[in-house]
Amino acid sequence: MPPTLRFLLRRLGQAIPIILGIAIFNFFLLHMAPGDAVDVLAGEAGGATPEYVAQLKAKFGLDQPMHVQLGKFLWNVATLNLGFSFRHNMPVVDLILARLPATLLLMICAIVLAFSAGLVLGVTAARNLNKAPDRIISVMALLAYATPIFWIGLMLILLFSVKLGWLPSSGMETIGGDLSGAARIWDVARHLVLPAVTLALFFMALYTRLMRASMLEVYGLDYVTVARAKGVGERGIAYRHVLRNALLPMITMLGLQVGSLLGGSVLVETVFGWPGLGRLAFESVFQRDYNLLLGILLLSSALVVLVNLLIDLLYARLDPRIEVA
Amino acid sequence: MSARLLEVRDLRTHFFNRGTVAKAVDGVSFHVDAGEMLALVGESGCGKSVTAYSLLRLIADPPGKIVGGEILFEGHDLMKLSDDEMRRLRGDRIAMIFQDPMSSLNPVFTIGAQIAESVLVHRGGTKAAALSRAVELLDLVGIPDSRRRIDEYPHRLSGGMRQRAVIAMALACEPKLLIADEPTTALDVTIQAQVLALISELKQRLGMGVIMITHDLGVVAQHAQRVAVMYAGKIVEQAAVADLFSRPLHPYTKGLLASIPRQGASGGRLNEIPGMVPSLLAMPRGCSFAPRCPKAVDRCTHHVPSLADISPLHPVSCFVAQQEAKL
Repeated sequence: MPPTLRFLLRRLGQAIPIILGIAIFNFFLLHMAPGDAVDVLAGEAGGATPEYVAQLKAKFGLDQPMHVQLGKFLWNVATLNLGFSFRHNMPVVDLILARLPATLLLMICAIVLAFSAGLVLGVTAARNLNKAPDRIISVMALLAYATPIFWIGLMLILLFSVKLGWLPSSGMETIGGDLSGAARIWDVARHLVLPAVTLALFFMALYTRLMRASMLEVYGLDYVTVARAKGVGERGIAYRHVLRNALLPMITMLGLQVGSLLGGSVLVETVFGWPGLGRLAFESVFQRDYNLLLGILLLSSALVVLVNLLIDLLYARLDPRIEVA
Repeated sequence: MSARLLEVRDLRTHFFNRGTVAKAVDGVSFHVDAGEMLALVGESGCGKSVTAYSLLRLIADPPGKIVGGEILFEGHDLMKLSDDEMRRLRGDRIAMIFQDPMSSLNPVFTIGAQIAESVLVHRGGTKAAALSRAVELLDLVGIPDSRRRIDEYPHRLSGGMRQRAVIAMALACEPKLLIADEPTTALDVTIQAQVLALISELKQRLGMGVIMITHDLGVVAQHAQRVAVMYAGKIVEQAAVADLFSRPLHPYTKGLLASIPRQGASGGRLNEIPGMVPSLLAMPRGCSFAPRCPKAVDRCTHHVPSLADISPLHPVSCFVAQQEAKL
């Protein structure tokens, strides 16, 4: 068996207890919150008789003791059956699958934008240390880092949708547009710009600062001086010798941030009415739709574990000193 | 008389930091001929390495700056070259080997790629041609199984092998002048001897001039033809190796030679030079060695002695030695 495959299998084996542990933790966390789906339903209906409430609780399985509920939940997880959302009257899997593409699209666009722009800006700042480009980039990064995501989102809507009218302010597609083919892709792309930029800005700032610091650190190492003494030009020094080594901390950060990116997408999806998982999770908290919420959280944890596995593989490719074993 | 391979005149490299000036190299002059090894010796912090970096104009600016002097390489002043002309010279006509082979190689590239890079930068051509040149160079520096080794990453090689790879990298374009900045300090004693013998042999074979920076007088005695002794940013004595060892004139050189442990002289303390090298920020007014000098007279603490020939080709900057020679 090739070592990479063995590494993959072992890590996937390790991922199972991790994801299960997170699921159990989430289960208890949610049950510690006051109220359940029935309370919310009853409240929204403007009142219900105790008999009706009891009947609903029995139907949802909420009247059973905690350990029975946990056992059922774990059994569901093990059989990859995420249960039923009584709120939406749909299986949780169907709900999640319907929303997942929108969130993945937003997240991937945001992370690609944040990573590549952060990389270019960080390299530019490091190459012009203490000169004008470095100072401008550093101040902008600090601003973007310090400004709350939702506020940036609202300001971008104000500028580009309300004042300039260039881009749509919310949703993922023009309602009733009934577009297909290239026209539909263009429509979605136009809707994507503002939320993706908003979500990316914070992370872009983070990557810019990290990349700059990382480049500067590598610039100070002996082998960079050796490369200069060899007659390598400054461009070759920056992009060949320094960049490749400076990328390693960036990759680590990328893996760590998939989780917080999901968190950030809750805010952005809410501000921009983006029909994704983040908003679904946000709503399900208020509706006490625990089956749905647990399903989303399970999926998120699996996503984070999976991405980190990929990052480790990527790491071994970038740095020959690290071997997967 | 034809131009010297390298002639350095009154080189001054200073470091500026928050209003203070550290005169790391302060008026250094020497020369190197083709096929000759000049040893630059002195304690840590005396300006040996800064001198070497200055020759290649590799001093980070800020905080450092070459504030004066001429560096004549084959008759041309390197200080007058543009940055790009200087870059083209580095690694081609003048190459350098560094102190620590463990950190001299980029960890993410194979040694073959790093040696080939020198060839590609200066000679162009195909990558394949550069790699086959890399194989030749690894053979030249005595790395066995060179064809397979070019695909190894630095972390898989021992310190001695890495330093050989670094030397191969420096020799890629057959430089006229090789600057070796303490190339053996980080290596085991047995490996040290091998690497030094290798540099000496390559010097003979390729007819290079070599500047060997070291604090190891044993290295000097074995391999160099001439020695320049540096102290606190200045050269205090210069002579042919045999002359220096048999007739050291500067009290500092005498102290250095006396502090070499001798075989057979068992027991007792090793000789040492009392006191410490003065801080570059707080240099004494007169001779910088005066506070530690056993022979210092009143004049030494007020005036700076200049380097003057006492016997032919044996300049010393010491009032007392110059006085004694006249008598």
